[in-house]
Amino acid sequence: MKEHDLTLGEELRRQGISRRSFLKFCAGVASSMAIPAAMVPAMADSLAQARRQSVIMMAYQECTGCLESLTRSFAPTLENLIFNFVSLDFQHTLQAAAGDQAIEAIQTAMEENWGKYLLLVDGSIPLKDDGIYSVSHGQSHLDSLRELSEGAAAIVSIGTCASFGGVGAANPNPTGAVGVDQIITDKPILNVPGCPPMPEVMTGVLTSFLAFGALPEVDRLKRPKAFFADTIHDRCYRRTFYDQGKFAYSFDDEGARKGWCLYPLGCKGPITHNACATLKFNQGVSWPIQSGHGCIGCSEPDFWDKEGFYKPLSAGQWGTAEGIAIAAAAGVALGAASAVMSRRNQDKISGGK
Amino acid sequence: MTLLDFARGPAMQIAIIIFVVGIVWRLVGVWALRQKKDLSEPRQKGAWIGGIKGLFVHAWPYKPFVPKVGTQYIVGYVIHLGLFIVLIFGTPHMLFFADIVGFTWWTLPGGVITAVAVVTTLALFIALIKRLVNPVQRMISNFDDYATWFVTTAPFVTGLMTTMGMWPHYETGLAIHLLSVWLLLIYFPFGKLMHSFWFVVSRYTTGSRFARRGGMA
Repeated sequence: MKEHDLTLGEELRRQGISRRSFLKFCAGVASSMAIPAAMVPAMADSLAQARRQSVIMMAYQECTGCLESLTRSFAPTLENLIFNFVSLDFQHTLQAAAGDQAIEAIQTAMEENWGKYLLLVDGSIPLKDDGIYSVSHGQSHLDSLRELSEGAAAIVSIGTCASFGGVGAANPNPTGAVGVDQIITDKPILNVPGCPPMPEVMTGVLTSFLAFGALPEVDRLKRPKAFFADTIHDRCYRRTFYDQGKFAYSFDDEGARKGWCLYPLGCKGPITHNACATLKFNQGVSWPIQSGHGCIGCSEPDFWDKEGFYKPLSAGQWGTAEGIAIAAAAGVALGAASAVMSRRNQDKISGGK
Repeated sequence: MTLLDFARGPAMQIAIIIFVVGIVWRLVGVWALRQKKDLSEPRQKGAWIGGIKGLFVHAWPYKPFVPKVGTQYIVGYVIHLGLFIVLIFGTPHMLFFADIVGFTWWTLPGGVITAVAVVTTLALFIALIKRLVNPVQRMISNFDDYATWFVTTAPFVTGLMTTMGMWPHYETGLAIHLLSVWLLLIYFPFGKLMHSFWFVVSRYTTGSRFARRGGMA
């Protein structure tokens, strides 16, 4: 039997992975995605029957950080097996093929899996000047996305750039960069934002797609609810210090050394939806707040343009103070004019006496 | 632009500009009025002492009136003190001002601020009920009284709802809370909230004039 034709269950047996371990993995994924425990055996059975899924992963206007996060996620684990089990038919950074050979690989994968392949997108897509600012093999990424999305069963935007435009779309957005769902509107799209995104979210999404043949439930920004329903603030281990009014006001004060809340240092945890606080990075070793830095809100749209990472959320965005000075001057002028009118009225009533 | 970005940016700037224009307009407009000439001889020296005395004497009702209006004063003090504590000693509020003045100060734990805010909100509702139930108060109340109550109460209610996580999204709650505060600032110069500026001036003026005429402050 060809390796391509193996089901996931057969692949697991071939690699000597027991059903108990597989069920534990399924229970873990189900738990992280808030799937009821009663569904785990059904999910495991469905997953075991899954055939190798064709995946085409396109890198557009990006920094490769998302790919770094996904590929350097963990030591060999069952999660990695899911990544290994999918048939990654195109990813230009990882594959050996280049130039015409690489393009042939895309064409072949598209033809063989038309209507079935999963399209993963990493990076934003420039729209300005017909997308000329980001081109591969003579084709703009705008055209590439349109072409590839036609035959895709679903699209997963990996990282904040592919989801919302990210750093490419930051003010002044010279290339007119946008996220995938601002271009493609007729396909199921799921956003996995983050700079970088969490590998476990991708595991959950892929597992869900393999087991149920559909993308998981999403929020208003098309993010999987299972991972993005809560804010960082809701799940932060420093939340208790926020409630107690214990804060760090600089990165080397007593509060910082004691690990108190980073809200005054601009932490965007209260408005950021992500799972970092519970899943953490690097096999659960740590995450930004645990390392002593406030959340920068990287899984939210336009997080670069919130007037600084270190400005507290409750502080206003002033721009310049000129407006206030002009307002005060206008107030003086209006006040003086009112007084002159009132004095005239007083004189009129008193007859000038 | 999200609702929160709008609330933290343009909405705040517009509200503050209207607030500053309105306050300066009213202060200058009143202070530049021609002062009333008092041609009579002062009955006693040091009218200004009467003015200062007036500031404190009017801070509590005249003894015979205490049984009738004492509760009103207590409710008023709870509202004003609560507003002061929440505004100055709530950490997010302090950070808002610290961003302007450049220094921070000691704040109270979130739980204490929430408790003070709850008590203040209750006092605001008691004040409204008293106004609605008492026939005389109801008769002399106009739109300004109810609008003033609304713009003062809304930031407390929205702030508590945000702190207690009663909105579907925290950022939406924070944005609505900020917008309710900007509404307060916009209304401030044009309604009875101007008493924040006028009460000292009017009490001093009343006290000093009474003293000049030889009466009690």
